[in-house]
Amino acid sequence: MIRDITLGQYYRGESFIHDLDPRTKIVCTLVYIIMLFIAGTFWGLAFSALCLGVTVAVSKVPPAFIFRGLKPVFLIILFTFVLNMFMYDGKIIFELGFLHVTEEGLHKAFFMAARLILLIIGSSLLTLTTRPIGLTDGIESLLKPLNKIGVPSHELAMMMTIALRFIPTLLEETDKIMKAQQARGADFETGNIFSRARKLIPILVPLFISAFRIAQDMAMAMEARCYRGGEGRTRMNGMKMTAKDGVAWILIVLFAAALICERILLA
Amino acid sequence: MTIVVENLKHTYSPGSPEESLALNGVSFEVADGESLGIIGHTGSGKTTLLQHLNGLLKPDSGTITVNGTVITGDAEKEDVLMVRKKVGFVFQYPEYQLFEETVEKDVAFGPRNLELPEEEIKRRVRWALEMVGLDYDDIKDDSPFNLSGGQKRRVAIAGVIAMEPEVLILDEPTAGLDPKAHDDILAMIGDIHKKTGNINILVSHNMNDVTRFCDKILVMDRGQKVLYGTPGEVFSETEKLLAMGLDLPDGAHIAHRLRKEGMDLPDDILTIDQLEREILKAKGRE
Repeated sequence: MIRDITLGQYYRGESFIHDLDPRTKIVCTLVYIIMLFIAGTFWGLAFSALCLGVTVAVSKVPPAFIFRGLKPVFLIILFTFVLNMFMYDGKIIFELGFLHVTEEGLHKAFFMAARLILLIIGSSLLTLTTRPIGLTDGIESLLKPLNKIGVPSHELAMMMTIALRFIPTLLEETDKIMKAQQARGADFETGNIFSRARKLIPILVPLFISAFRIAQDMAMAMEARCYRGGEGRTRMNGMKMTAKDGVAWILIVLFAAALICERILLA
Repeated sequence: MTIVVENLKHTYSPGSPEESLALNGVSFEVADGESLGIIGHTGSGKTTLLQHLNGLLKPDSGTITVNGTVITGDAEKEDVLMVRKKVGFVFQYPEYQLFEETVEKDVAFGPRNLELPEEEIKRRVRWALEMVGLDYDDIKDDSPFNLSGGQKRRVAIAGVIAMEPEVLILDEPTAGLDPKAHDDILAMIGDIHKKTGNINILVSHNMNDVTRFCDKILVMDRGQKVLYGTPGEVFSETEKLLAMGLDLPDGAHIAHRLRKEGMDLPDDILTIDQLEREILKAKGRE
């Protein structure tokens, strides 16, 4: 059933990681990703993987849940792996026509794949442990300094919040319209790709009309409550940094320092 | 044409934290030509039940038999399509499924999916639009999006009856209409039922409507059948209905209050008209 699709994949739970301020988590994730690219050796990546493993354990998100998130990007990882394997010159291990696999290539392929996997797990941990609303609030707050150069941080965050909010509504609407057209004998499952695309018209037209109707109602409801953009707007649940965030900041600085040392000393 | 529902069970998202039992062992029968009203609160399982009747959902256990075709949890696709052809389903706010450029094309969508010859499609579109009280020649080339709310709904209902179903299911067909349009649409539905002699299944929150238009009433609560019978039988269970937070038809409601005040009135009053007669009779006795 269409409503079983999970999109905002937040994993409800109580843990040290869940309790952190969204801003802390966003910055830590960014630092972690940058450090993955600074790491020059397998030692660096192994250390990063260890740290990530500990973080996952602390977050109490079941590893099975995280690996499920890797499935859709598996093809991309495989593609990078294969491409890297063939792209480097050096000591040849075996040849296949004009393709040749070298020791350097293989080394690079494993390195890139590992980096990519860590990157995806790291960033999915952010969305798994942060509510979508917290995430957008965090982004808004982090973008605020850019207001001075004309970046509408509040408006961007509001758009993201609204988009996230309406994903389940629109899925439900799609489900309803599909059923109604099926009841009128529409068949979405057979036929080639062109006839199938044509068969989507009876779903898409009503869905677009619904989306516009919902958007208009929403805009009216917001205006009726005097919404006028971000200036001077306060929050009911403001974000607060706690001692836990302090711990996280110290750990991420230590982590970054360790990887920079690794880069200078080992690579 | 009969419908037999036996021990129907359905669970949403089984095995997940959001698992919920929507239907728990529902059984009933609808005889040929009968009009059945289904009432119950939001979340009582009404819509889930309806979606089983035309094969949009399949039961976890139990069976639905529509005119001899049996639908179970692992029913064949052909059987489901067969049932879907026989059972027309007017969803809540059906005007939201309109999508074609003209009224004629939209009403023709269903018959065209049945792969009927062009002549037959034309005949059915004209017939369906007339059944819902619209003038075919007047309206056929209009865009369905330029019509009034009541007209849109009529066109949407025409789109379902143009498939000439032997069972017509209507899920709250009057939701969101003004009182005048509400009465018009209901009168029209009663008319269609009379003219076609089909089975009619009507879901409503309005007790007056089901009393007026239905031969039998099914009361659902938390996925179970609680009451079933003629309007007279069902609405005589005053205490049970009030305990579930459901209303009585206006006539029955006022009669209930008057009896409490000590007025001597018979038990089978349902409509305001009946009540008026009985009050006059009681006055005459004094």
